[in-house]
Amino acid sequence: MAKFEIENLNLWYGSHHALKHVSLSIEALKITALIGPSGCGKSTLLKTLNRMNDLVEGCRITGRVLLDGQDVYGGMDTSLLRRRVGMVFQKPNPFPMSVYDNVAFGPRTHGIRGKARLDDIVERSLRAAAIWDELKDCLKKDALRLSGGQQQRLCIARALAVEPEVLLMDEPTSALDPISTSRIEDLVVSLKQNYTIIIVTHNMQQAARISDRTAFFLLGELVEYGDTEKLFSLPRDKRTENYITGRFG
Amino acid sequence: MMRNRFEEQLGLLNRELLKMGALIELSIKNATQALLKQDVDAARAAIRFDNEIDQMERDIEALCLKLLLQQQPVAGDLRLISAAMKMITDMERIGDQAADISEIVVHLSGAPYIKKLEHLPLMADTAANMVTGSLDAFVAKDLELVCKIIAMDDIIDDLFDIIKNELIELIRRDAACGTQAMDLLMIAKYFERIGDHAQNIAEWVEYSITGRHKGEYLS
Repeated sequence: MAKFEIENLNLWYGSHHALKHVSLSIEALKITALIGPSGCGKSTLLKTLNRMNDLVEGCRITGRVLLDGQDVYGGMDTSLLRRRVGMVFQKPNPFPMSVYDNVAFGPRTHGIRGKARLDDIVERSLRAAAIWDELKDCLKKDALRLSGGQQQRLCIARALAVEPEVLLMDEPTSALDPISTSRIEDLVVSLKQNYTIIIVTHNMQQAARISDRTAFFLLGELVEYGDTEKLFSLPRDKRTENYITGRFG
Repeated sequence: MMRNRFEEQLGLLNRELLKMGALIELSIKNATQALLKQDVDAARAAIRFDNEIDQMERDIEALCLKLLLQQQPVAGDLRLISAAMKMITDMERIGDQAADISEIVVHLSGAPYIKKLEHLPLMADTAANMVTGSLDAFVAKDLELVCKIIAMDDIIDDLFDIIKNELIELIRRDAACGTQAMDLLMIAKYFERIGDHAQNIAEWVEYSITGRHKGEYLS
């Protein structure tokens, strides 16, 4: 079943046509990888899914983005949209506060106050982000003093705390060492039981390792979209082959 | 073109495969010559020659593993390297079987043949051509050539049936022929197996070009 249905999406930053007639269907409870060279539009597409581009001046969009059949650009409340569609960024960006307060931040914003309830959400979110065992005894620790890998998992926990349905990840491991990267990859794969995950990555092996479906973008166009295994073993388009084999350019 | 170093290494892999193919061709020819001339020394040399092929297999395998490790190939590159690894296994088996034929030649020495050996060299030539043709097709990514080569295995199978029937007839007429007939049948069977391995090689070439195994269609 499709979680997101993107129909003939065009996006301009001023006069720059950044996404060109993009149509694709993103399956629920699967990991979809968006790949392509810098400037191909993959991160732009990711940001259209929870309307992060609304804040960019001169950004204009045509086409439709349907979340469970509902147009996210058709009057949907953006804070509700962003609760349903969470995001994790390239560089871990914990708030300058304790581990606990980072995770409780979203739920508090949504009006949850009771300590027992917040304790429960914090534990559940940290467990889901596979970092509870490491941090359970130092929930009051300043989040900025954690390692890069821990900070990123904390950010994932923070995103999960508001019980989203979709998790958007923009190169979530590019600033991490191999061990932290491997932990995040394992985590992402385990999260797909409950969440639809869309991940932008420059790491071809990562896309091949963890995603179910892969979309290849070039110059704002969706060149090829299909099962990851097939796309990495027998791409249909010569441009895809050239990119994934490192011969692009 | 980017990835120049990788391209160079793939070029080296192609050259090494062609070299191994030439050794395989030679091993089949050596075994066939020893057989036809009943030349024990040549047969013993052919048996020793198998060591060179084994070494070549290990060298190419090491090169493929290095490429997998260093370049983490995908798509066409991954198919090419994985096909190469499968092809060298079949080539190595052909080398073994050429040596097995030579061992029978040593064993057969001294006694005149019970029949003229006309079909065995044809089987040998066809199999050798299949191997070298497959490797040429691999390097040139020539699908048309590879399809022709795959079909050539039928020629070898037909020749095997002819030889088998001739030997049955000989035994039927004179049971004393039986011992040598069995050895000749073994040799024919080895050539028939060599043909199967050559067909496997051609099928791996087809896979490396198309991404499909024989008889498999894309959805």
